[in-house]
Parts: sequence; structure tokens; C-alpha cells
Amino acid sequence: MVTRSPYPHWFYLPAAVVYGVLFVVPTVTSFWFSLTRWTVFDSTFVGLDNFVTFFREPALVKGLTNTLIYGVVTSGLKVVLGMLLAVLLTSQIAARGWLRSVVFFPVLVSTIGIGLTFTVLMDPVDGLINQSLAVWGISGPAWLTDPSWALLSVALVDVWKGVGLATLIYIAGIVSIPAEYFEAARVDGAGAFARFRSITLPLARPATATVIILSLIGGLRSFDLIWAMTRGGPGFTSDVIASVIYKQYQAGFYGLSTAGNVVLFVLVTAIVLPLSRILNRREVEL
Amino acid sequence: MRNRLIIATISLLALAGCSPGSLGSSDEDGKLTLTFLVDNSAESLKPAEALAAGFTAKNPDITVDVESRPQGSEGDNIIKTRLATGDMTDVFQYNSGSLFQALAPGQNLAPVTDQAFAGDLDENFKATVSADGQLYGVPFNASMGGAILYNRKVYAQLGLTVPKTWAEFMSNNAQLKAANIAPVIQTYQDTWTSQLFVLADFHNVSAAEPAFAADYTANKTKYATSPAALKGFTHLQEVHDAGYLNSDFASAKMVDGLAQLASGKGAHYPILTSVVTSLAADHADTIGDIGLFALPGDDAAKNGLTVWASAGVYIPKSTEGAKRDAARQFLAYIASPEGCAAFAQAGPPSGPYMVKGCTLPADTPQAIKDMQPYIDAPGGSSLALEFLSPIKGPALEQITVEVGSGIRPAADGAALYDQDVKKQAQQLGLPGW
Repeated sequence: MVTRSPYPHWFYLPAAVVYGVLFVVPTVTSFWFSLTRWTVFDSTFVGLDNFVTFFREPALVKGLTNTLIYGVVTSGLKVVLGMLLAVLLTSQIAARGWLRSVVFFPVLVSTIGIGLTFTVLMDPVDGLINQSLAVWGISGPAWLTDPSWALLSVALVDVWKGVGLATLIYIAGIVSIPAEYFEAARVDGAGAFARFRSITLPLARPATATVIILSLIGGLRSFDLIWAMTRGGPGFTSDVIASVIYKQYQAGFYGLSTAGNVVLFVLVTAIVLPLSRILNRREVEL
Repeated sequence: MRNRLIIATISLLALAGCSPGSLGSSDEDGKLTLTFLVDNSAESLKPAEALAAGFTAKNPDITVDVESRPQGSEGDNIIKTRLATGDMTDVFQYNSGSLFQALAPGQNLAPVTDQAFAGDLDENFKATVSADGQLYGVPFNASMGGAILYNRKVYAQLGLTVPKTWAEFMSNNAQLKAANIAPVIQTYQDTWTSQLFVLADFHNVSAAEPAFAADYTANKTKYATSPAALKGFTHLQEVHDAGYLNSDFASAKMVDGLAQLASGKGAHYPILTSVVTSLAADHADTIGDIGLFALPGDDAAKNGLTVWASAGVYIPKSTEGAKRDAARQFLAYIASPEGCAAFAQAGPPSGPYMVKGCTLPADTPQAIKDMQPYIDAPGGSSLALEFLSPIKGPALEQITVEVGSGIRPAADGAALYDQDVKKQAQQLGLPGW
């Protein structure tokens, strides 16, 4: 039995027009332009050539592995650190409210601003970080200019910036666990670690799923921080898919960069969709 | 009531319709304003302001408003988008050579072939701003050289002489290193500065293989397979492997490099002579110590300078009627000795001017004067490859950073660049790719 809505269907129209003009039309045209050699002034249909070229792009293999490393490292660290911080910030400690704001504060700052600031801090010679390390007699690495450190350095800054959001989600998750469980466990003589392992960890799983998915999507398509800090350099060593695509666009290969975006779209969907299924199914089983 | 509503709507629409295109149009008393888009570097903005002031002083009825845009590929995209949407300023400054060809000049620009000033332009320059037999631009400021700036004081102290071959250059470097001076300055935080060992070596390439540019455009020769062209990449690797670079090469910027050169902490800096303007401004007391020599190659007799043509000033097709006439007047002024004087007023030239009748001012820095003998000698200079061939791969600066930092071997870098170039050639629809 279909219930008739009291409102006529054309009430949808304004929203549909906005959605269509700003989302559906550009998306469909971008699929078309990814099949052309496009110079802004005119376009020639070239079939799947752009995809072939894109996959032969030497920086792409590096970019793909870097994207995965970056996504996994940032996501993993955000889960671990976010969970630990959330446990700390839900316990009875002094200045709890103030500490919560401090942890969340970096989330509010502009990514480009953070990138530029850390570029100065991470300067191998004059930077505050290496000068502080030098006081303790440690000679710090060339954070952003050493090929083996560059990507990791940016990932660490990303974690510093994003861990506040993960903590916030975890705090909400932990606070929503009924206090009776903890009391019962305490009566049964469970220690702090046992309470964390057997109550907090499993019951905060919805929060974990949210944090993993959000930070993984963020990590896989991250671009602004990397671009502000290393521009994919030195050379191609910290390139990720998004920066490879952006460079194609900068060079005027508009069709090619559109093809790259289609690939990124498919990749993110292919990783995140099954992951979100798995994580949510477990949630139901609990 | 209903009629009034309709009229109100129509006038609103009409108002909305005439936004950016008609900004700066002629007002009642016959005065005209031209908008002029240049990139936002000091080397472009100051001369542009000087041109605008000089032109208005001569033509009080025409005012020129200078607008700025970002440099590099971001700027390229702004230019292309504004041209494609018919939203370009009345006149604009942009690169000549391969980047100019990518603007589809026949479709977007108004030719100036029939103008009187066309005869006053340097022939080399004309070739870099022409397409399908039509001339489209006049030179913005002087030409420049890609060469090695060196500290003459350091050379005098150590008793070194200007090298003409790569072997001599490397033996100078060894002595400089022994004296605790960084022989070669590299600044990889400004990635474009890493390309000079390859790009400024082009005179030596074309001296060894005169047909290189044509063969390269036709996909018959490559950087990885031409022994002469590959040298640029191997030289870059050699100076890194020998430990001849300044210790902070990976984190230094161009201004740091200039400071090291001016203070004598570093001896050689392969760079474009456009930086001499900032060198003269920031290190006025030591500018006389800085000299220039062309990138040394294998053959001392054939050694010569690689020259970059000036950028151009163009009129888009969207500039019409009285404004197009005014724009042509402005171009005629730029391509005259008065225009060159305005450029010189804004800062020292980066090389000889590309307009007939223009001469270098007397207080030109030594490094620029050092270019003159190369240019006067027959066969002593040639245009850079990007002016002789429409293809230049966009990733060269990343590749040269990798080769110069020891991340990637030279031969590998050259092969990678050949792949990069292929995309550009296909995008331009060149035959043979």
C-alpha cells in the first residue's frame, strides 16, 4: 500500500535543479572529457588513451603506493592516538575541558597555514624542530627534503592536525557506554587495563569504524597539506595520486587530469565501500 | 503593477549581463582605460607600471591599469581560461615560444603583422611570437641568458680563469672545494632553478647536433639517445656526485642562492639572468663582483650562450573597436626606444633588448655586460630549445631535482623526460607522435 505524500512532487524541483546543475551535469561531462584530449579551446575524442597514458605515468606508481602508505599511516595513527587521548580526556583529570579544546584546536586552523608553518619549523638547518633536537645532541633528519622522510613528515603533520576530530568522535563513543558496565567490572575486580580491553574497546567500535572510514577517505584523497609542504617533492618522492592529477591539470593536460580524477573516484570507492560494509556488519553482530 | 515587475526583472538581468567584460570601458569625455595583465613577480610588475606611466604621459587620453596574475602553471591556466571565456584584459603579457603556441593564437589573439612597429623587432623574437605566418606580440623587457653567474672576486683570489670546457670547469670546482667554497650553488626549493644544467646547455647541444631542434619536434631524436643532449643530465649528476653542491641545496631557495653567490660562500650559480635585477636590488654593494659565462661544453671553440627571448605583450580577439586601436598604440610604444627606456627605468636589463634602436644603459651590471661578447660573436649564441620547438615537458623541474639530488641516475632521468615530452606533443597534436 503506497501512501500518498500530501506534497506535490514538483516541490522537489528547486533542489533537483541545484543538484543537477552543480553536481550531475559536471560529473557526467567530466566522464565525457576524460575520453578526450582537451585544451580548453577545443577537444578531440581519443577513446581510452588518457587512461592508458595515466597508468603509464611514471609518477603514478610512486603516487599510488604513497597514497596507500599515507592513508594507512594517518588513519592508523589517528585511531590509536585518538583512542588514547579520548580515554585520557574522559577520565577524571585536572583541566579536562581546557585540554579537550587544546586537542581539538588544530582541526580549526587552515590546512595551508599549518603546512606553511610546519615547513618553516621543519627546515633542516634553521627550523625550530631540528634546533631543539640539537640542544639534546640529536641531529634531526632533513624532514621535508630527505626523500625517505618527506612523505612521513607530512603524514605526521596531518595526524597532528586531524587527531582532534578522531578524539572528539571517540569521546562521544566512550561517553555513550553505560557507566553500569564499568561499575560491574570494578566490583568483579577488573583492573584499568582489563576494563579498557573488554569494555571500552569493543563498545567503542562504532566510533572506531567512523574514525577509520573518515580518516582513510581523507588520507586517500589528501592533497592540500602535501601541496603546501613539499609539492610532491623532492622530485616525485612524496607525490600522491591527487598531486599527480593536479600536476597534469597544471601542465594543461585537462583531459588526462580528468581521467585521473575518474580513476581516483573509482579507487576510493573500491576501498571504502567494502570497508564500510565490513565495519558496519560487525557492528550489527555485536 | 505587473508591467513594472517585468521591467524591473529585465533591467536586473541586463545589469547582471554586463559585468566583467565592460569594466574599464571608455567614459564620456573621450578618455579610455586599457587593462593590462602581467604576472605578479617584481621583475614584471615594476616594468609594467613604468610602461603604463610612460604611455599615459605621452597619450593623456589613455590610462593603463596594470592587473596581476600568479606565475607558473597556475598563471597559464588563468590565461587560458580567460581567453576561452572572452574575459581577457585588453592587453596581456605572457611567455613567447612554446607556451605562446599553446594559446591557440589564431583562434584567440589579434594579429599585429600589418603594424608599422613589426619591422623594428628582432627577427629571432618575431619567430617566437608568430604562428601561421602572423605576428602576434611585441617584446616585454629585454632578452635573457641562461648561464653560470660566478663570483669574480673568488676567481681572482684563487687565480682561476673562466672555463670554456666541462673539464676546465670541473678542475676549477676541485680547487674551489679545496678552498672551502661551495663550487656550485643549487636551490631546489625553487624547483625551476634546477633545470639550467639541461636547458642552458642547449647552445652546446645544437653546436654538436645542428638538426637537434627539428628532429626533436619530429620525434626523431630524444634526450636519452642523443649523446650531446644527454650531457646536460650527466653534468647535473656529476656535480652532485662529486660533492660540489652547497650543503643546503635541498632546502635553499633562489634568494638564498643569490646571497651565497654575492657573499662568495658559493662560486658558481647556473641560473637565468632575469635574477640579476633582484641581485642588484638586494646586494647592491657586491653586484660588481658577479660575472657570467656560458655553460661549458666539450668543445672550447664551439662554446656559446643560450638565450631566452623576451616574453611578449599580446592583444586578445576580445579587445575590439576603439580599444583595439588604443591597444595597438600601446604595443607600438612598447616596441620603441621610449618603451625600452621605460623598462630600463624599472630596473637593470637582463640582457640585450629585442627592439631595433634600443641600447643597454651605461650602468648595466657586469654580469649582463658579459653576455655581449657571446651575442656579438658569429655563432656565439642560440635561442633556447623552448623557442625552437613547441614541446617542453612539464615535469622537467622535478626530474632535474631528482637527478641533482642523487635520487635518480642521469640516463634514467633523461628517459623519463622523453616520456613526459610525449604527452605535451600529443596534446599539441604534432605529427609523428
